[in-house]
Amino acid sequence: MGEFFKYFSPSIYNYVILSSILFAIGVMGVLIRRNIIIIFMAIELMLNAVNLLLVGFSVHHDDTGGQVFVFFIMAVAAAEITVGLAILMMIYRNTGSVSVDSLKNLKW
Amino acid sequence: MNAIIILSSLGIIAMLAEMFSFKKSLWYLVLAGLAVVFVVNLLDWNLDTPEQQFKNMILFDNYAVAFGGLIIILVFAWFLISYNHYKDSELNVSDHFSLIIFSSVGALILVSYTHLSMLFLGVEILSIPLYILAGSMKKDLASNEASLKYFMLGAFATGILLFGITMLYGATGTFNIVEIGMYVQKSSEISILFYSGLMLVLIALAFKVSAAPFHFWTPDVYQGAPVLITAFMATIVKTAAFAAFFRLFSNSFGLIINDWNFILSIITALTIVLGNILAAYQTSVKRLLAYSGISQAGYLLMTILAVNQESSKMALLLYTASYSISTLGAFGVLYHVMKSKGSDSLDSFNSLGKTQPLLGFVMAVSMLSLAGIPPTIGFFAKFYLFSNLLSMGNTYLWLVIVAIVGSLVSVYYYFKVIIAMYAKEGAASPLMLTTFHRALLIIITGLIIIIGLAPGILVSMDNFKI
Repeated sequence: MGEFFKYFSPSIYNYVILSSILFAIGVMGVLIRRNIIIIFMAIELMLNAVNLLLVGFSVHHDDTGGQVFVFFIMAVAAAEITVGLAILMMIYRNTGSVSVDSLKNLKW
Repeated sequence: MNAIIILSSLGIIAMLAEMFSFKKSLWYLVLAGLAVVFVVNLLDWNLDTPEQQFKNMILFDNYAVAFGGLIIILVFAWFLISYNHYKDSELNVSDHFSLIIFSSVGALILVSYTHLSMLFLGVEILSIPLYILAGSMKKDLASNEASLKYFMLGAFATGILLFGITMLYGATGTFNIVEIGMYVQKSSEISILFYSGLMLVLIALAFKVSAAPFHFWTPDVYQGAPVLITAFMATIVKTAAFAAFFRLFSNSFGLIINDWNFILSIITALTIVLGNILAAYQTSVKRLLAYSGISQAGYLLMTILAVNQESSKMALLLYTASYSISTLGAFGVLYHVMKSKGSDSLDSFNSLGKTQPLLGFVMAVSMLSLAGIPPTIGFFAKFYLFSNLLSMGNTYLWLVIVAIVGSLVSVYYYFKVIIAMYAKEGAASPLMLTTFHRALLIIITGLIIIIGLAPGILVSMDNFKI
């Protein structure tokens, strides 16, 4: 059974491609969507694409450093999104909307 | 290293001030703590073998100590300016102070990291408190908007930075910036993963230092945020971000400078041109200072183009110091104008030079220094920067010409403020200066002029090698 999985085990470039696609979806989400909550989700998707790739590289290089880095990213992303949701709450109280279109006071 | 630990403890103590009700004395405590941190930081100066801390994650070499010292001085000056604001306001002083201190911890990590995870953590520790502080005027829509824009673009840039770091890790198998430099030195063929990582990191850091074409968030955030927080972002954050940028590129990518210098020189030229032209159209002084910060970021990027020169570190330190103290002086005056007139428009500066001679003089000297006119420190810093770049040969002669034309344009908008202060008529404003604030403004002005008149004291010191 082990031989079977070894034969089919994907190379590191499959991980790179998968993570790049996920990352690109995240970037497009940030750039295109108007709902701030969806944008937050897209940012999380970007960070998790990075996590996936880090674990892949970590196994590839046989070095645990990459996996430890994933924990750093998870912890910081949680802290960051907490602050983001608090800011969103504040904006929702003032404007009654969670769309980026409500943010147009500052220009030029 | 101990500086980071003591500063973090100071932040935690500041958080407890509300609970144990020593809020009144908190400000003095913070200033005393910062003085201690400054001294402790200087103890690491010129060690024969700089200490490698935490498995080579942090290294306090002379570069880190010099920039750390600059950052601590700036934070100290920021607290002196902010005294007036927090003295009798309804704000939760301890929350604000602890967030500022935690942000400074991030800045100290950014100047001393040797491991890419510390770069990431430093950027986040620096930014997350500022997302909160930018939105600290909860009912003000502009402040809300600034906070959310800063948060979204900061998180976006962090995602890009992390993807770049991961690519570098995939190519080299290490997160240590010195080992990445050794990989570049050894390997005959550098993989495509490495180059994509390098470009992503470059873009993310350009976002953080607000270089064009990634500068668009800067004016909005600077304008919407409370003015003291803007002062913090424009000085301390920019210094730390540039120190981190330089540290990464000199340690890791110095040997392959020919692969990235073209794209960085384009970014530099674009930043200088866009920053200066757009600043000329501004009517709000706060926004003018934001665009001025963008164009100054362009000049600072010129040190990174000369990353292999030994004197570039000194040029970067001098320029960040000159830019930061001049900007802090300008924001110190802007804070009082905004408080007394309730507006940050250019018109509210009318006749300030006559009704408030001290404020007018400080603002004028700061503007002259930012424009790079002798005898101020700004002139000398610009001169040192340009000659440092030109000492590499004539490759960047075109860039220096663009930069000089840019600073000529900048004279126009900096002088708009000076003309408004001295040549236009306007209502007098009530004075609300505290002694600390006045002393600080005088010290800033003195520093700008004295170092400008005698720049040799800094550069020719033999044991001042960073």
